[in-house]
Amino acid sequence: MTTVVTENCQRCRFTDCVTVCPVDCFHGDDEMLYIDPEVCIDCGACVPECPVQAIFEEADIPDGMEKWVEINAEKAANLPVVNEQTDPLPTAEARKTELGF
Amino acid sequence: MSDGLGSEGNPLKVLIVGSGPSGFYAADALLKADTTVEVDILDRLPTPFGLVRAGVAPDHAKIKSATKAYDKISDNPNVSFLGNVTFGRDVSLAEIQATHHAVIFTCGAESDRRLGIPGEDLAGSHTATEFVYWYNGHPDYRDHVFDLSQEVAVIIGQGNVAADVCRILAKTVDELKNTDIAEHALDALSQSKIRDIHMIGRRGPAQAKFTHAELKEFGELADCDPVIDPAILDLNAASQAELEDKTNRSAIKNIETLTAFSQRPAGSKSRRLHFRFLEGPTELKGGEHLAAVTLMKNRLEGEAFNQWAEETGETVDLPCGLLFRSIGYRGVPVPDIPFDDKKGVFPNKEGRITNDGSVLPGVYCAGWIKRGPSGIIGTNRPDSVETVGSLLADLSGLDASQKPGGAGLRTLLEGKGVRVVSYEDWQKIDAAEIAKGEAKGKPREKFTRINDMLAALS
Ligand SMILES: Cc1cc2nc3c(=O)[nH]c(=O)nc-3n(C[C@H](O)[C@H](O)[C@H](O)COP(=O)(O)OP(=O)(O)OC[C@H]3O[C@@H](n4cnc5c(N)ncnc54)[C@H](O)[C@@H]3O)c2cc1C
Ligand code: SF4
Ligand code: SF4
Repeated sequence: MTTVVTENCQRCRFTDCVTVCPVDCFHGDDEMLYIDPEVCIDCGACVPECPVQAIFEEADIPDGMEKWVEINAEKAANLPVVNEQTDPLPTAEARKTELGF
Repeated sequence: MSDGLGSEGNPLKVLIVGSGPSGFYAADALLKADTTVEVDILDRLPTPFGLVRAGVAPDHAKIKSATKAYDKISDNPNVSFLGNVTFGRDVSLAEIQATHHAVIFTCGAESDRRLGIPGEDLAGSHTATEFVYWYNGHPDYRDHVFDLSQEVAVIIGQGNVAADVCRILAKTVDELKNTDIAEHALDALSQSKIRDIHMIGRRGPAQAKFTHAELKEFGELADCDPVIDPAILDLNAASQAELEDKTNRSAIKNIETLTAFSQRPAGSKSRRLHFRFLEGPTELKGGEHLAAVTLMKNRLEGEAFNQWAEETGETVDLPCGLLFRSIGYRGVPVPDIPFDDKKGVFPNKEGRITNDGSVLPGVYCAGWIKRGPSGIIGTNRPDSVETVGSLLADLSGLDASQKPGGAGLRTLLEGKGVRVVSYEDWQKIDAAEIAKGEAKGKPREKFTRINDMLAALS
């Protein structure tokens, strides 16, 4: 079991999630964030913080999004930790509206 | 200004009172700041980590591994731990102000809110805290006794603590024996006669506070069936509207799972966990020992997301011999620090402790003692970051004289005969606990008496 970031985070990156992570397990590239399953403790703190509901516990991942489990593990391993809130990407507000949140 | 406060020549020395999550996140935020700091973390116990050790349930080992992040913070040479030191007993505010430039209280909320109803203090009626601290081996609760020869237990409240208490009561010894549950608790629970566990909530199933992950666990227990009356899942219009909001994901999932529980054929396991909603206790009845709880039936009033429980006047008596209330925590006042008795916290503005509205210079708070007992481990991180931000903004107003810091405080305490436990000492206690547990297939067997912890150091 782990917790994963999924496609809603793309072009968004509000990073509300990273401020509450007790163990600094978010990693990021220019596009989105990923959770390191080796470090995540499944505390659930980040899940309700995400304004576009990109984060799921593995057991609750909607159908069709299972691939993100592997993507998170692979990407997180090779990207720097993100543990402080940064400005959302310029596309973020538009993306939020597009996603209906 | 080479010796300005926070420079290499005059590091900012901060004392943190309480080594739970908020204490460690405050230390971390100070270390990340653009200032030279030395941080000392005090705790009244010889063991660090606050409720991560003493609160988080033993069968949630992964969550307890949050302590790895605190080990990392402690590795920093500018952080030290002073365990086995009680603020207000072993050391006063004036003494701390002589050794440190600033103090941050992160001492948590160690007392419970009361129900305020007749019979609350009958034998058999307890706080959830007592039980949680007891099964987690907190030294203050080592000798508490719970009457597990009863068949019916009632838990008032539906938050994560209530869920933990229910689950520990519902699990078999086999489900618990490979966790770090305290030995005395496992022994007592192995004799448990509890058959029916009732978890009581004032509002409806769509407003329940437990998380979906916690709820799901109740469907997977080895010898306990979840029970819920399908009629209670017949929701009012406002609750249905709440579920139509897709941001209310946790409630949507909870209702799905509760509905699935209600549709299960009657189970044959030897214990049952009853989810009860729209009820609140009005009286505990019994002679000397608790015999029943009177529950008032409620109905929901108000608009979606703003519904409250309104009493209907109809009551029902539920016979029970054991009851735990889990309706929130309160901080405990300490000497020299103002206390907001209504909220059970230290009065503060963005973490600056205030007295009648005016700020006490250099005295701060974070975590549960600052905002009250809400949120989970990670919630304390932004909270501590805010407090440290206030402290750093105040830097130019603090007494900038050189202070002796942790070394000075240690000398003072040792002069008073206090056995100060360092982080290296704690690592020895830790190693001894892990070794004791290994033989039994447990991640650790905790020391549950302070004397035993200190004996492991000699
Ligand atoms: C039963 C229970 C289960 C929980 N389960 C979870 C969970 O599964 N997941 C999750 O994310 N969160 C959980 N939480 C919430 C989490 O534990 C809290 O959010 C967090 O511990 C609060 O941190 P804190 O640092 O403010 O207080 P605490 O963790 O309470 O730390 C306070 C520290 O201060 C010390 N102290 C108190 N008074 C003094 C004094 N006078 N002098 C010196 N030291 C003192 C105490 O010994 C303690 O170490 C749970 C809470 C409880 C009560
Ligand atoms: S809050 Fe959500 S959208 Fe923002 S960075 Fe985190 S996962 Fe991505
Ligand atoms: S579940 Fe907890 S530990 Fe895992 S990424 Fe989210 S906040 Fe961090």
